[in-house]
Amino acid sequence: MLALIIRRLLQSVMVMLTVALIAFIMFRFVGDPIAQMVGQDTPIADREAMREQLGLNDPAPIQFARFVFNVVQGNFGISYQKGVPVDELILSRLPATLELSFVAALFALVVAIPMGIYTGLYPRRWLSNVFLTVSLLGISLPTFLIGILLILFFGVMLGWLPTYGRGEIVDLGAWTTGLLTESGIRSLLMPAFTLGLFQLTLIMRLVRSEMLEVMRTDYIKFARARGLSNRAVHFGHALKNTLVPVITITGLQLGSIIAFSIITETVFQWPGMGLLIVQAIQFVDIPVMSTYLIVIAFFFVIINMIVDILYHVVDPRLRAETGGKGH
Amino acid sequence: MSDTTSRISDNIDRFFDSDVWWSFKSSKVTIGAAIVTVLIIITAIFAHWVAPQNPFDPAQLDLLDSSLPPVWYADGTWKYMLGTDDQGRDILSALLYGSRISLMVGGASVVAAALIGVTLGLLAGYLGGSVDSLIMRVADVQMSFPAILVALLIDGVARGLLPNERHDELAIWVLIIAISLSTWVPFARTVRGSTMVEKNREYVQAARVIGRRPVAIMLHHVLPNVMGPVLVIATIGLATAILTEAALSFLGVGVPPTSPSLGTLIQIGNNFLFSGEWWMVVFPGIQLAVLVLAVNLLGDWLRDALNPKLR
Amino acid sequence: MTASDEPSDRPLLEVRNLRIEFPTRRGTLVAVDDISFAIAPGEVLGVVGESGAGKSLTGAAIIGLLEPPGRIGAGEILLEGERIDKLPYEELRKIRGKRIGTIFQDPLTSLNPLYTVGEQLIETIRTHLPLGETEARARAVNLLEEVGIPAADERIDHYPHQFSGGMRQRVVIALALCAEPRMVVADEPTTALDVSIQAQIISLIKRLCRENGTAVMLVTHDMGVIAETADRVAVMYAGRIAEIGPVTEVVKHAKHPYTHGLMGSIPAIGHDVDALTQIDGSMPRLNEIPTGCAFNPRCPKAFDRCRVERPSLMPAGRSSVACWLYEDEAKEAAHGG
Repeated sequence: MLALIIRRLLQSVMVMLTVALIAFIMFRFVGDPIAQMVGQDTPIADREAMREQLGLNDPAPIQFARFVFNVVQGNFGISYQKGVPVDELILSRLPATLELSFVAALFALVVAIPMGIYTGLYPRRWLSNVFLTVSLLGISLPTFLIGILLILFFGVMLGWLPTYGRGEIVDLGAWTTGLLTESGIRSLLMPAFTLGLFQLTLIMRLVRSEMLEVMRTDYIKFARARGLSNRAVHFGHALKNTLVPVITITGLQLGSIIAFSIITETVFQWPGMGLLIVQAIQFVDIPVMSTYLIVIAFFFVIINMIVDILYHVVDPRLRAETGGKGH
Repeated sequence: MSDTTSRISDNIDRFFDSDVWWSFKSSKVTIGAAIVTVLIIITAIFAHWVAPQNPFDPAQLDLLDSSLPPVWYADGTWKYMLGTDDQGRDILSALLYGSRISLMVGGASVVAAALIGVTLGLLAGYLGGSVDSLIMRVADVQMSFPAILVALLIDGVARGLLPNERHDELAIWVLIIAISLSTWVPFARTVRGSTMVEKNREYVQAARVIGRRPVAIMLHHVLPNVMGPVLVIATIGLATAILTEAALSFLGVGVPPTSPSLGTLIQIGNNFLFSGEWWMVVFPGIQLAVLVLAVNLLGDWLRDALNPKLR
Repeated sequence: MTASDEPSDRPLLEVRNLRIEFPTRRGTLVAVDDISFAIAPGEVLGVVGESGAGKSLTGAAIIGLLEPPGRIGAGEILLEGERIDKLPYEELRKIRGKRIGTIFQDPLTSLNPLYTVGEQLIETIRTHLPLGETEARARAVNLLEEVGIPAADERIDHYPHQFSGGMRQRVVIALALCAEPRMVVADEPTTALDVSIQAQIISLIKRLCRENGTAVMLVTHDMGVIAETADRVAVMYAGRIAEIGPVTEVVKHAKHPYTHGLMGSIPAIGHDVDALTQIDGSMPRLNEIPTGCAFNPRCPKAFDRCRVERPSLMPAGRSSVACWLYEDEAKEAAHGG
């Protein structure tokens, strides 16, 4: 198990380095960093001096090494648009995005898995067809449209829920949370639903198709032939075998929820990283863009590692690779 | 001549006798989806004839008619069935023209993604080794980020590289490239798998032995095999591409407002949501949702029809 | 039943005029058509035929696990005189594993990879017998020992992937025999195994069933396995029984031209061979079964009647055979008796 974790850590470092390289190339070669920092009328000589001082004339590998070194220390440069260190900018937005993503993911999982199991076990029942139709709607309705319609209905027409922002937030020092106030929670409802809905449909369909697949296997037929009860066959045998692929894809989906929050945050003017990146792209604020890429990749790598470790907990065949093997 | 026609009619007969056609005929939902899709495509292509107004011709716009509600409201008129926006543009017309741009960008992106994906998949599957692992590694990394994020970043980079004044002009091409670069992976994976199977078949080995170019022969054999899955991926990919375009346009980094797609229309309408002018956002939204739903339904049906095992 | 050597006591399992069909959009396909046979307590009935002949479907129908849309179109299945083909799912479930055990073809895929063999054994034992956890475990260890797994009390906590193919099939057999069923349906139990292990598994099944008096319906396409194991043989072709009788009679004095062909293609007993290399053509697909005798297009002795009228089983010697060649003999026998 320890060997596995170390191996995965090494792989993760490689992935992070690759992403850092992409971020560096963006940072260094898209547009001229100097032109963004100085005024129009700065003389060429001054610009050259600045170039030298910032090390922009060094060979690319050295610049990349310096970039990685800075990134590891949390130094991501200065935002072109706002003139503030990017790490401060990101850190101030991080709690909003993570809270939204977490609640959305929780909502998606809690609803999607039972629905997926049900439709996989009883594909011919009418309720399954209802679930499937609704899920197709969920996939086809663009996230931003769902958000807008929710705002129109619950915000504008009924006036029940706040339509933008996080509501009242509580400052806990390094973290700000909206989960402790009523208005914060009310503000979270529509964005979390909007963000979770798409993942919900995907996860539901995934669980369903895995369940259908497993129900066709020989060991399920054999379990039936042994006279086991439906309950044991469905929940003891079938469900456990769907877990491995479900964990994988669910993990990946949850990773992408953070990135998907870009749209939801824009619709609800949710003050998170997504809103930040959209503005950064409109202003070609390269340091913010490359930092966002690195942060997302980081979350992604962490989720992937957790998924991998969960695998080994679920599947004895993988455990055997690292442990002893019988004959 | 007659030989050709008879062969064509043979093919047609075979198609109408096939399981694919049978499963199409027996599903009302699929027939409905096909009708809706065709209807939207035709009205979009012929928008300049079908639409009551050209919403991009300032001469046809009347500011006095701005922000009119749909016809069933007291101050709505039949002239603007679905109402008008703040510029006096007829929503119905804008919607038809917008669908055209959405479909165009979506379609072009899928074709480009398919070309990239099929080529890379063939290369990876046939050459194997380090080329294969490089391509698949890139695919893995890319698949781990949602298409919308990849497209956003590509769009952002393009903004940085292109001169500002040319950006609007090139926006649609940037968008197509961004979307296709973020959706080629499923094509590549499918084609790679199929190529790897074919590569070890006797006829490829035999072709090598007698000195014929195995690549050409493989193309001949691999492509027909992957047509089905590629078609399914492309159909579902079209829905995804249209959605991605709409999302990017909604975020303000898609097509320029001078030639609005459905996503742009929704974004514009969103600004008027709080003043109660809901029709500016709801109708383009419905059009978009119906289009994507219909294409998704067709994709689902195609997948089931071509892969009976999954039924 | 017409088989002359049938034991006098009541059959354990009786299949009467069974018909299995698959509704499709091009009409109903009949996969098993009007077959009847019986199995006496402790008897081993071999069912042999090419793949697609309907033998596995018959086995699935008996344990009530036909895959939809397949269904029993007509006929009856009786277990110890009681009809089981119309039982509700839950009633039939209690019969499966308890009164009819099942052995599947592929031991690699029959066991759930995520549970230890012990967990799967104990779960099955406790489903059918009123035993506690420790008693069930003790019984599971016993069973593993009985099927010849060394160090059973240690191996019981291993996962299926830690066993070899032959050992896994032994586990599958142990699972089938968990609740001491009076009958076992073994569907190609050795096909997926190495030739060297096939003989071991066959003799294991034989020994266990002899010791416990368990009847076996042994489904296989391997005539060698049948000759070695079975008391009686049913030869199936295109969903019908071509010939049924004592194994020595069928092997030594094959009557149906199809059985002849089948026997002619055995190089040596115990080997898995493509059973039909010496018969021209191949078995018709379900939607192309010819009128008359299903075998007539391939039959070297076919005459006009074979192409028009379907023969039913008629007594011939110590067997029964569905072939017009034996009509006279059957009539004589009827007159004589």
